[in-house]
Amino acid sequence: MYSVGDLRKGLKVEIEGVPYVITEFSFLKPGKGQAVYTCRLKNLLTGSAMTKSYRSNEAFGEPNVEEKHLRYSYKEGEDFVFVDENYEQINISAEILGDSKYFLSEDMPVDALFFNGQAIELTLPFFVEKKVIQTDPGNRGNTATNVMKPAKIEGDYEIPVPLFVKEGDVIRIDTRTSEYVDRVK
Amino acid sequence: MTHDSISKMKSALVMRSRIIQAIRDFFVDRGFLEIETPVRIPVPALELHIDAISSDGHFLRTSPELHMKRLLAAGYDRIFQIGPCFRRGEKGRLHNPEFTMLEWYRLNADYNDILVDTKMLVAFLAEKILGGASVVFQGRKIELMPLWECIPVDDAFVLHAGWSPVKRFDADRFDMDLLEKVEPNLPSDRPVVLMDYPAEAAALARRKPGRPEVAERWELYIGGMELVNAFSELTDPVEQRKRFEECAEERRKAGRDVYRLDEEFLQSLEKGMAPSGGAALGLDRLVMLLTDSAEINEVRSFCH
Repeated sequence: MYSVGDLRKGLKVEIEGVPYVITEFSFLKPGKGQAVYTCRLKNLLTGSAMTKSYRSNEAFGEPNVEEKHLRYSYKEGEDFVFVDENYEQINISAEILGDSKYFLSEDMPVDALFFNGQAIELTLPFFVEKKVIQTDPGNRGNTATNVMKPAKIEGDYEIPVPLFVKEGDVIRIDTRTSEYVDRVK
Repeated sequence: MTHDSISKMKSALVMRSRIIQAIRDFFVDRGFLEIETPVRIPVPALELHIDAISSDGHFLRTSPELHMKRLLAAGYDRIFQIGPCFRRGEKGRLHNPEFTMLEWYRLNADYNDILVDTKMLVAFLAEKILGGASVVFQGRKIELMPLWECIPVDDAFVLHAGWSPVKRFDADRFDMDLLEKVEPNLPSDRPVVLMDYPAEAAALARRKPGRPEVAERWELYIGGMELVNAFSELTDPVEQRKRFEECAEERRKAGRDVYRLDEEFLQSLEKGMAPSGGAALGLDRLVMLLTDSAEINEVRSFCH
């Protein structure tokens, strides 16, 4: 169990059976009064956030969460197969992966978070490089810098890219936002 | 703390030194005696929500209050002290377990006299440190002089929280609503004084003559920060002993450390002490205000 004195940014706690991570934390105390510990909590199962205030007598569970370093191996039906450091196979569903599934490539290292033995979150390297499979030629007449056009990349994912990007180019993508960063070549 | 962040804070530490020097000038010019009382003490003041850090059979002081009042009782009529205090588990944007407090006390005075001192101190510092009467703090301009807004605690609660803590006190609700409903709605363009706390939240303040349901205590807020706590001091030894005993009992019930009563302090009250007033000012927060710093660790050379 954790007490309020243990609360800090980044700590994972369990509240009513649900694992949360503290994303913001503040300690407030009126003169002569009792302390109030205010947390911004992110639900690790759904990603939704909430703000809660606690008093000094509250206690919190320690969630059974475990972080593992995995490498991507291959796709098997609806599942994606990873291997851990002991070469054990771990299947993770497309639902948990979300957009991340488009950015995987063979042998890519990923960090996976498990809650009670079930994978609940996968973190890819922040930047991945992908080849552009299909995109229309940019209109040279349009010089505005913020104009984007759609491009299809390896893995069958479509993202907006600047007009100068051509088919066959390799681009860098930020996996946290699923956005184009720059052209590699 | 990294080498770089220590270098970056140099301008704040230069200001801090000037502010401390100016505070000393202010009090010494007005006939106050600067004193030092022990930091490591046999027994901390009993307060419901303040925990002391123990130190080899003693404690680190959570405030110099009881020792300073013993000096008052012994006839030291105007005294001030700047020094470290320690409170266990208090760490946040405005808190650090070790922090610096300015306390001053006057014999034959009450909390109104202390409010006059405080206004003059703020005016003096504004002129000396800022060269004017206003300060920009966290993007907001605050006129430090001349108008301070004094609001009775009860009025502030009725207005912003919708209930009267003086009519019927609820400790849990009081602290929560103070933080979440009252403080955020106080005027932010000038200093604000919340006055006359419910007697249940009196701490070491005396009850108001003729209005025993409130205590002569005020708190000064500037820029949303609670900066000064002041009392007309409780000098009645019987009432003081009773409050300590009640506080000890509440702490026992809440499962917190229970400190023994400070009998030497109580004895000095029993010998008779003239009416007096005193205040505690969070020096780090004052430096934050005058240097426009968002966090306490930006104005202390090292925070542990």
